[in-house]
Amino acid sequence: MWTWFHKLASPPHFYRIAGLTIPAFSWAAGLLVAAGLYGGLVLAPPDYQQGEGFRIFYVHVPSAILSMFVYATMAIAAAIGLIWRMKLAHAVAAASAPIGAWFTACALATGSIWGKPMWGTWWVGDARLTSELILLFLYLGYLGLRSSFDDLQRADRASAVLAVIGIVNLPVIHYSVVWWNSIHQGSTLLTPGAMPIAMKWPALCMLAGFALFYGAVLFVRLRGEVVRRERSAAWLREVLVK
Amino acid sequence: MTARPGLWRVGMAVYARDLRLAFRRWEQAVQPVVFLLMVATLFPLALSPEAAQLRGVAAGVLWVAALLASLLALEFLFRADHEDGSLEQLVLSGHPLGWLSIFKVLAHWTISGLPLVLVSPVVATSLAVPASALAVVMLSLLLGTGVLSFVGGAAAALTLGVKRGGVLVSVLTLPLVMPALIFGAQAADLAIMGESARGPLLLLLALLVLSVSLAPLAIAAALRIGVE
Repeated sequence: MWTWFHKLASPPHFYRIAGLTIPAFSWAAGLLVAAGLYGGLVLAPPDYQQGEGFRIFYVHVPSAILSMFVYATMAIAAAIGLIWRMKLAHAVAAASAPIGAWFTACALATGSIWGKPMWGTWWVGDARLTSELILLFLYLGYLGLRSSFDDLQRADRASAVLAVIGIVNLPVIHYSVVWWNSIHQGSTLLTPGAMPIAMKWPALCMLAGFALFYGAVLFVRLRGEVVRRERSAAWLREVLVK
Repeated sequence: MTARPGLWRVGMAVYARDLRLAFRRWEQAVQPVVFLLMVATLFPLALSPEAAQLRGVAAGVLWVAALLASLLALEFLFRADHEDGSLEQLVLSGHPLGWLSIFKVLAHWTISGLPLVLVSPVVATSLAVPASALAVVMLSLLLGTGVLSFVGGAAAALTLGVKRGGVLVSVLTLPLVMPALIFGAQAADLAIMGESARGPLLLLLALLVLSVSLAPLAIAAALRIGVE
């Protein structure tokens, strides 16, 4: 298992593997999102309380879950990069941050559009909403800090420390609906029996599709990062010229 | 060969040195307090000098103004030491860097955070806060400025050597200290309304404990990267 891991961490090997997996990830993500959208927008029955408006759930919940998942990935990759000085791990963190920031922005925007008809307001200063907004600021701070260094190694390591500090926010977001009296509803997707199957499977499809989409975009960006970091390496010239 | 000095002695030496340097440049040290006083003066002018209205926003105004004032001071925490090379000596000294950074942050807090706490009753009174609430207002700021100094210290250490790092320090610090702002302003608000502020104060204390115990590790890691 470890030899596999070490092999994957070597830039030439990773560059090749990523090139092979990107089409598979993209197609699977596209198909799953298409199926999820059809199931969610057409097949699923309207909610008995929220009517048709609940359907934004199919974009909102996967984006929100991914916004946290991407941050966790980023922080773990950053920690691995700090501890074992693995170059590819820093590249994973660097490539994940913009994707995660967009997922967070997406979750906030769709939540806001959902909130207007359901709660009667675009925004409330509520624990769940505020902590998600803080997550967006953390992503933006990470990107800002990373871009302010000229030296790539220092940028990697300083922003990795920040990513690890920011992970304290993740449990706060997750448990904010449990710890405080939040206007935001609790999790229906993960509670067994809280949702009929006809409503649930499109959501799970969307979630898997979003996760694969993250994988695909991450690999595209990672290949870019590898090219940028290894631009003077001989193997890269061979691969690109070929 | 002389014995290595104990941790307390080393820590106190760092603390005393930073204080001495700060008092030699006291014009710089009083800037946060002046800033707090000026911002607090702006609100009665901008909103209305009516006492009832001011009292309603006093907790928020005071906390946000104190937050911004202490952000201003963060720039000076490691800047001078980084420029003249003494930070490098601290890193190379062989003493635990996390421990030393606790004392550096404490010295910074004594210069920039504590004065804010001390003038807060004056500012609060000018915002029509009743005298019965002043103790809680001061206590909330005492705990809150501590959290700000430690979390902000990590941000300041991370931005060492960055050109024009001032805005970046604020962008990094603010999201992480928002919980402290929420509980602190809530505690002050409850006290102004004449209710018990025990709950939010305890949560604020928990945040202080968390940041005192974890931030020095992050500061030490960031300083090592910064002096490389």
